[in-house]
Amino acid sequence: MNAELWLPVVFAGLMAISLLAYVILDGYDLGVGILLPLGSEAERDTMIASIGPFWDANETWLVLGVGLLLVAFPLAHGIILGELYLPVALMLLGLILRGVAFDFRVKARDPHRPWWNAAFAAGSLLAALSQGVMLGRYLTGFAPGAAAWGFALLAGAGLAAAYALLGAGWLIMKTRGALQARAIGWARRALYGTGLAVLAVSIATPLASAHIAAKWFVLPDFLLLLPLPLGSLALFALLALSLPRLARRQAAGNDSLCWLPFAATVGIVLLSFWGLAYSVFPDIVIGRLTIWQAASSPEALRVILWGAAVVLPTIVGYTVYAYRVFWGKAEGLSYS
Amino acid sequence: MEFDPVTLARIQFGANISFHILFPTISIAMGWVLLFFKWRFNATRDEAWMEAYGFWVKVFALTFAVGVVSGITMSFQFGTNWPGYMRTVGNIAGPLLAYEVLTAFFLEATFLGIMLFGRSRVSNRVHTLATFLVAFGTTVSAFWIIALNSWMQTPTGFSMVNGQAHVTNWLEVIFNPSMPYRLTHMLLASGLTVAFLVAGLSAYRWGRGDRVRAVRHSLTTGVYLAALLIPLQILAGDAHGLNTFHHQPAKLAAMEGVWHTERGAPLLLFALPDEASQSNRYQIGIPKLASLIITHQQDGEIRGLGEFAGKHPPVGKVFWSFRVMVAVGVLMLATAWLAVWQLRRGEPAGWTTRLLTAMTFSGWLATLAGWYVTEIGRQPWLVTGVLSTADAASTVPGGMILSTLLMYLALYLVLLTSYVSVVFYLARKAGKHDDLPLSANLAGEQA
Repeated sequence: MNAELWLPVVFAGLMAISLLAYVILDGYDLGVGILLPLGSEAERDTMIASIGPFWDANETWLVLGVGLLLVAFPLAHGIILGELYLPVALMLLGLILRGVAFDFRVKARDPHRPWWNAAFAAGSLLAALSQGVMLGRYLTGFAPGAAAWGFALLAGAGLAAAYALLGAGWLIMKTRGALQARAIGWARRALYGTGLAVLAVSIATPLASAHIAAKWFVLPDFLLLLPLPLGSLALFALLALSLPRLARRQAAGNDSLCWLPFAATVGIVLLSFWGLAYSVFPDIVIGRLTIWQAASSPEALRVILWGAAVVLPTIVGYTVYAYRVFWGKAEGLSYS
Repeated sequence: MEFDPVTLARIQFGANISFHILFPTISIAMGWVLLFFKWRFNATRDEAWMEAYGFWVKVFALTFAVGVVSGITMSFQFGTNWPGYMRTVGNIAGPLLAYEVLTAFFLEATFLGIMLFGRSRVSNRVHTLATFLVAFGTTVSAFWIIALNSWMQTPTGFSMVNGQAHVTNWLEVIFNPSMPYRLTHMLLASGLTVAFLVAGLSAYRWGRGDRVRAVRHSLTTGVYLAALLIPLQILAGDAHGLNTFHHQPAKLAAMEGVWHTERGAPLLLFALPDEASQSNRYQIGIPKLASLIITHQQDGEIRGLGEFAGKHPPVGKVFWSFRVMVAVGVLMLATAWLAVWQLRRGEPAGWTTRLLTAMTFSGWLATLAGWYVTEIGRQPWLVTGVLSTADAASTVPGGMILSTLLMYLALYLVLLTSYVSVVFYLARKAGKHDDLPLSANLAGEQA
């Protein structure tokens, strides 16, 4: 088969997987950051301890995703990041504030601590909102006008709610006692926000983009695609029903299903992500550029593919190992 | 002064990369110093080594975090500020950057968690291995990015087809003529920056009366490392200069302030290079020394800037950055050897600890000055002879670049101030817990 045909598809897939890994992994730690102001002073230390060993590596998936966009689809990288210049700058501001606050909040003088806590929460929220706005702008093909920007802001709020839900699910899984009980409450509230946002984005996306509408609302594609929204709906229902039950059982000292909210949320993210990927493929800049038009030369892609084929499984292997080392409930994090 | 988008894009990129490089410069060598502390502890079972590890790993964590997040900014700005770069040399830059992410970034970021917080969860051996992998990852990262930067300085192993670079030989691309010199120079710079950071902060604690064995160990390690590396760095710098003379003569002429091709060129200690008149004002130099250093002959010929009219870098900036770097290096040599001499005789004098403290971040100054020499010295090219900086610049409106530039500058100012003050604060705080047993000390530290 012609390398110019399949290499861009492979790289679009690798990029999608990197961004998906990023959304799930950094999603939960950004979510914990968004929820931070809701915790008490002592709870905040536990909340941050639950993500401390992981966040560095989680953010590396963003570098890989954007890196793949840069090296495999340089034309699209220029257009997309040029169009998203301001939200990208704001996202970077958020990620920088948050990343440094992680360390500064425990190392700086005590009076400065609340300031760094605020920087951590605000940075997390800003990064989540900006990423949602970037997604929204991207989906409309960077259309001008108030309606398109309104859609982008909606997507921003939706992604922040989804991250908060992921973060709450993570905390339910990784903590116990009073904090775990509160995290269940946070998840219930974030669930409504996420549900509303996913619904709104699902309705608005085909309205905002005739291009995407044409891909969904034709037979038989529509029937084949139906499992995506129906699956999401089922998972939302599962969460809505199981969270109150989980709260009752947790109060009675039984948290055996504490992993369920996080797993169900990851399921929703997966289904939404593949819905979006279907909407976009094979374009990389919607309505303007396909992945084949934007791709680098096969010679460069092949060199990277060889490396990726060897190294990516290794990365997955040691990532799994790192998660196993810190398996179980998060204790106060210490250097000893 | 009016700013065009190219100038703004350069200032923004320069500001980001200048801020970013400060932190990897520390984390590259600090990883190996931590491994050294760990190894000394494993070999001697002397808790003081582990106490030193416990203190410096905090500085490392902070440094690494700032390095990671400022590095994410870089991955976006390659594309937003220099779209022409990937368009022209993407076949070379793309794989090198991808290999850096794949082989280095994930490795260091993942094992950092175990290195920082895993001591009670994994065996001592695995913890040592994690420390090694983090140090190794930072160094591998330096390898790839230096290979790419050096290729931009002295490109080989490619051919141009339809305005795009295509690789003909990857080994020639990676091990291009300036790469071994630049990598050595940078790794030594990282080692020196860390040596003076460790020595300086330990001298600060020492001067405050905090003289536990862990501080003494750190002070000795820093001072001896500095004294060992600085002569090596002078040799490596000299070799790098000869390499520049052969491959980038215009940069070298700017470094030495040589306007007209001459034999027996003097080594200039002071001068104000003047682009308009193509000459130096207020020149003070040592006769024939520049020729002697660069060509190893008294009357060796150095090609002047006049031969590269319109294609040479701005002279004053390169000339003075070079002198700042060399001056800091000379000061480092004197300080390190003096401190070793004093430590061998007993204890460092009060003014020596103050001098070392003042030089805590001297490595940053020399490293930045050195990078300005090599990066400004490459202008007007982005990739020497292949792509000019102006041709690679983006079409993002100047106003947008300016507003985000101001945001970044404000942020970096706050972060840099916070970083330096927190590092010194950590040193003061560490001194207050000395009467407590080590375990109690560490248990109070959450991160």
